[in-house]
Amino acid sequence: MSDLRELYQEVIFDHNRQPRNFGRPADANRHAHGYNPLCGDKVTIYLRVANGVIQDVAFEGSGCAISTASASLMTEALKGKTEAEAEQLFKGFHEMVAGSGAHGGLGKLEVLAGVREFPTRVKCATLAWHTLGAALKGADEPVTTE
Amino acid sequence: MSSVAEVAFARQEPGYDVERVRAEFPILASSVHGKPLVYLDNAATTQKPRAVIDAEREYYEHTNANIHRGVHALSERATAAFEGARERVRRFLNAASTKEIVFTRGTTEAINLVAQSYGRSCCTAGDEILISALEHHSNIVPWQLLCEQSGALLRVVPIGDAGEFLFDEYRKLLGPRTRLVALAQVSNSLGTVLPVRQAIELAHERGVPVLVDGAQAVAHEPVDVRALDCDFYAFSGHKIYGPTGTGVLYGKRALLEAMPPYQGGGDMIRSVTFEKSTWADLPYKFEAGTPNIAGVVGLGAALEFVERIGLESISAHETGLLEYATARVAEIAGLRIIGTAPEKAGILSFVLDRIHPHDIGTILDHQGVAVRAGHHCAMPVMQRFHVPATARASFALYNTRAEVDALIGAIHKAKELFG
Repeated sequence: MSDLRELYQEVIFDHNRQPRNFGRPADANRHAHGYNPLCGDKVTIYLRVANGVIQDVAFEGSGCAISTASASLMTEALKGKTEAEAEQLFKGFHEMVAGSGAHGGLGKLEVLAGVREFPTRVKCATLAWHTLGAALKGADEPVTTE
Repeated sequence: MSSVAEVAFARQEPGYDVERVRAEFPILASSVHGKPLVYLDNAATTQKPRAVIDAEREYYEHTNANIHRGVHALSERATAAFEGARERVRRFLNAASTKEIVFTRGTTEAINLVAQSYGRSCCTAGDEILISALEHHSNIVPWQLLCEQSGALLRVVPIGDAGEFLFDEYRKLLGPRTRLVALAQVSNSLGTVLPVRQAIELAHERGVPVLVDGAQAVAHEPVDVRALDCDFYAFSGHKIYGPTGTGVLYGKRALLEAMPPYQGGGDMIRSVTFEKSTWADLPYKFEAGTPNIAGVVGLGAALEFVERIGLESISAHETGLLEYATARVAEIAGLRIIGTAPEKAGILSFVLDRIHPHDIGTILDHQGVAVRAGHHCAMPVMQRFHVPATARASFALYNTRAEVDALIGAIHKAKELFG
């Protein structure tokens, strides 16, 4: 069970049970849908971007604990960030869960570092981030992890 | 608890020595995350007995050559081994002739073959293909492709809340424009056994041929294509303890004779000129290119293995396991079984309150218990039950009651972890 605890940290359970920024803000001006066809996880990311700054961010969807917690933690991390900063965070996050494993400066997002040891779950953790990327670009097509 | 165990024990096949069966599967001795492997993902693919592994190795060590052409000794031997496997499949299905046994890469390719060869020659705009709501994607998508090409329409027999096939709805949907019925014999996502024999009888009264997708059935009950009177029967080798990349399409000879080839290439022709080519006899007309010879030899060994144990015994053993597992999981608070049809085979699909199937899959894996989490290539079934996915335990001839207990223990661990 010890390495399962590395994956399922208390913070993740907390965000899974009570996702932050869950819902659809009325004043969102960008959004994108994401879908993981392997497990059926769905997420929609809503953004309100003004002058290149993410003023508000929220999500809706259904998924496993990892994807829900990742989306919730992501929304917390993004508020007030510039688009460029958000993209930097995505790069850092991706490096942590799917790349070299290096992490630093990712703050609370680092509770998801354990995902790297579970290759089948990496897509759960990155679904919200890929969807964010699409929302920032204003993409019309839903993002899938495949 | 005790009553469950007693009932299950009473139903155990006397004389079925599961430990001896297990000893024939090398992989079952392995560990996962430091725990003994409990392999309950048999609906996805089964493990392979030593007889199959040896047959493939021996083929490559002593026999390997291309078939149906070389005049040398190895080619003759390889051809004999390949055609010997075909004869074994014929006997296994009780087909009338080896001409009716076409080797494919699997069930998927067998169904695509029928859709593209038979389907395209019989379907025009407005015709209908009838399937059920329980089908695997491999018995949905090939027909959708055919519909796009021909203008035919896909009709779907709905299922009830227990995941049961609604025969009265089938009766209504079987119409004057129905050109083909394609049904699973056993649902891969819920385990429902479909009444294919009655479905075939009714379709034949109306002159409609029937394809049976036997992928989830052949390893669990005896199949007799002549008793069923199905027109086509498809199954995969790897779900009956054989190698991946092997499969079988059975087709009634008259239908296969009339069908155009599916793929063109070597081995499927009689003569080729740039003006015109003519086709080889059955079944070679449908076997273009060098097939998976070693795999087919392995499939022959797998069927021999299954026949040695006996499908009647296997079926009784698995039925006992499923009943035991169903009774045990019913004791778990917050667990809901998806698929409770009266007739089921080998599959237990379930969801847990507040724990997504994907998380269940990871946590069970850490207890050494391999299950499938997802939509099981049956997304319409998931939509029907308003779940994104399920966790699925599926049983095979080597599974034990102790393994069911390990599954139950692992589910409790998942609940404990999620609090």
